[in-house]
Amino acid sequence: MAKEECILSAKDVEIQFSLRGRRLTAIRKCSLDLYEGETLAIVGESGSGKSVFTKAFVGMLDSNGSITNGSIMYDGVDISKYKTEKEWLRIRGKKIAMVMQDPMTSLNPLKKIGVQIQESIELHQGLKGEEAKAEAIEMLKKVGIPDPEHRFNQYPHEFSGGMRQRVVIAIAVACKPQILICDEPTTALDVTIQAQILDLIRNLQRELKMTIIYITHDLGVVANVADRVAVMYAGQIVEYGLVNEIFYDAWHPYTWALLSSLPQLGVKGEELPSIEGTPPNLFNVIKGDAFAPRNKQALAIDFAKEPPFFSISETHKAKTWYLDPRSPKIEQPETIRRMRERLRKRG
Amino acid sequence: MAEKEKLIEVKNLKVSFGTGKNEFVAVQDVNFDIYKGETFSLVGESGSGKTTIGRTILRINPASDGEIYFKGQKINGKISKELDKEVIRKCQMIFQDPMASLNERAKVDYIVSEGLINHHLYKNEAEREEKVQRALREVGLLPEFASRFPHEFSGGQRQRIGIARALVMEPEFIVADEPISALDVSIRAQVLNLLNHLKINRDLTYLFISHDLSVVRFISDRIAVIHKGRIVELAESEELFLHPLHPYTKALLSAVPQPDPEMEKQKKLFVYNPSIHDYSVDKPVWEEILEGHFIYGNQKELDQYRQELKKA
Repeated sequence: MAKEECILSAKDVEIQFSLRGRRLTAIRKCSLDLYEGETLAIVGESGSGKSVFTKAFVGMLDSNGSITNGSIMYDGVDISKYKTEKEWLRIRGKKIAMVMQDPMTSLNPLKKIGVQIQESIELHQGLKGEEAKAEAIEMLKKVGIPDPEHRFNQYPHEFSGGMRQRVVIAIAVACKPQILICDEPTTALDVTIQAQILDLIRNLQRELKMTIIYITHDLGVVANVADRVAVMYAGQIVEYGLVNEIFYDAWHPYTWALLSSLPQLGVKGEELPSIEGTPPNLFNVIKGDAFAPRNKQALAIDFAKEPPFFSISETHKAKTWYLDPRSPKIEQPETIRRMRERLRKRG
Repeated sequence: MAEKEKLIEVKNLKVSFGTGKNEFVAVQDVNFDIYKGETFSLVGESGSGKTTIGRTILRINPASDGEIYFKGQKINGKISKELDKEVIRKCQMIFQDPMASLNERAKVDYIVSEGLINHHLYKNEAEREEKVQRALREVGLLPEFASRFPHEFSGGQRQRIGIARALVMEPEFIVADEPISALDVSIRAQVLNLLNHLKINRDLTYLFISHDLSVVRFISDRIAVIHKGRIVELAESEELFLHPLHPYTKALLSAVPQPDPEMEKQKKLFVYNPSIHDYSVDKPVWEEILEGHFIYGNQKELDQYRQELKKA
């Protein structure tokens, strides 16, 4: 993995929003490297900042929010310094595209879907009229919509949820972007449709050689699609690593809590370990490890000093004092050990 | 199993909307029993009619055909006023979206006690307050919360208010319609634990409606899989996961992503194609293929399923 080329590198990014005269720090010094051709999944509960962080890559932060610190290097340029819409349009949609959660709201209900795809092609690829239309029909075919010539002239309400999400994907990949950001692309869909959409994205990735960032809270989806996983909590990445390292050998207490609370991994008749309390208020300055107040096994230092990243392997790092050689020995929870056990049994 | 008391019996239920040419049959030929003290789950995709069945049992949607019994008494169609009241009180519902199911303009106190007020289930103001506070405590909320409005709460807390609203009526049967799918991952476990806890302490019986088979496995005793308004397979939950027989059940099981990367890599996706069933000559039946394991199919398919079971 390490040999592969890093195509986007965010360093110490801090994003603040001003709300009613107060400042909220949504992203607190967050760093992330994205390697060419990989699928990276960002997981975390709502409010952890996973959407905000990736929206910053395409300049789609709400108007009261801004990047106040750090850099985002893409193609040799620091895009976090971009100010005008004109600058962003060079990248957004063309190089980095985004698929949103809800296909009901991301399409224009008053326009034929064909026209909406054509628009994106005309804007970014410079094709005109018939040529663009032919390309749009080609895209519809590519995302698996049957009878594309006919469907081209239909409106979004004539499509089912899954088909609509296919259209949204067609618009996003119409310009062959280098990076595709999928923000909860299947949350609003049925499970059987979800499986098909995940497959579709995987096939398109192979065909168009895209790099994909998935934002999701569904660890099942993560296990299905990701090469690498980053776990976010309270505006920071707290652990990242290859997908197997996160699922079978996690080290951050928040990752433990997330995995252990899954009913799929629970034992029937036993209480599911749950995460008590609520995430910290991001208006306040957070001292120490942000997860410490909800962590029953928190160490004294967790409340006093923010932990640095400790390496577990070359690709796997976690931001927790548990990994400091001076810390008392703490065992991984039973769920993690059970997962590893199951893996070993399967061979 | 036989000596268990049947709390709910559903026989040949059919629910349709519209009449004549516009008739749309949402649910048909549905048969199942729910035993006292169990968690019975209905699993299916959106539009499969799972919520409709739940609502029909609670008399929100009228049944077009068939019968529903609650403790041996028929509760669909025309029934006496007293029985109607009893059903409303004893059978409660928990809804999917805690953001939409609470009255934004009412205080928690009123939301929780609305049922009590409608049914005059308290002697005086003090008793009503006492009941509300007890319900709130039981779902893990502070009694002070009664004077607040729903917008002051997080999603998980709101769902607890929804549960308290059902509990205050002292129900015996609760229809939980996707109670955790709108919640954040970290809160789901809390609400599932709470539901399990209440089931034991309050002697409740649940009809759990969900689209997620993996969640359902954790909490239910028996599972029915529903497709296009028809129950295609019904079994005890471990049995269903060990020996899924109907192709739709297999498709559904394979579609749910498991939080286990190595398993996901080896997974084969089954796609269900309803046209494999040829029911033109050989008519399908609802058959108990093993004790407690029901399946919908014609004779030829049933033979095939029996073969599969033997191999397993």
